[in-house]
Amino acid sequence: MIQISQQILDEIRTQALKEIPNEACGYLAGTIQGQLRRAVKRLPLTNVDASPEHFSFSPQEQFSAVKQAREEGLELISVYHSHPVTPARMSQEDIRLANDTSTIYLIYAVEHNDLKGFTIDREKKVSTHPVEVLNASE
Amino acid sequence: MNISINGQKDSVNQESITVQELLKTKDVPDPDMVSVQLNGSILDRASFSTQQVKEGDEFEFLYFMGGGQ
Repeated sequence: MIQISQQILDEIRTQALKEIPNEACGYLAGTIQGQLRRAVKRLPLTNVDASPEHFSFSPQEQFSAVKQAREEGLELISVYHSHPVTPARMSQEDIRLANDTSTIYLIYAVEHNDLKGFTIDREKKVSTHPVEVLNASE
Repeated sequence: MNISINGQKDSVNQESITVQELLKTKDVPDPDMVSVQLNGSILDRASFSTQQVKEGDEFEFLYFMGGGQ
């Protein structure tokens, strides 16, 4: 289970809308307690592909994000990106380029206003991962 | 030889080891998809096979992240 606040979800949506027609992307930093990951903050990254159909992180920004998270006592718990048009599912390209079996891949579908989580194993088998959106009071 | 990897203290037994060999020694899966930062600077992939690991080196390993809809 990954828990994210409504605020972080709103931030992802705002970023995704701002970057239309291109895909938006970034990390979520937070805590890990057993099977529970709780997002604390969003770390938006530049989609260096600047494309409606692809995204790639800038390695320099990735390393900076790691440093920032670590300095705040957090871990990078998830990678997110947006699908401007298509649904929130792992595309063939997403699967092909997903190499980190330790993270949770979040996909936000802009047109469907939908967020879904996935994990992937070494054999490229994709599994859905439960996402819980918390209200401010939770 | 004492080093750190992703903020954690680590060590290697070999006296001479390249970054490419380090990735293999540490069982990093899909090393071709890993970006390496050494002591704060991103390491060019072409130098993985020649860059020697030194005492006190600080490494960060991160997977390339990308995809498409």
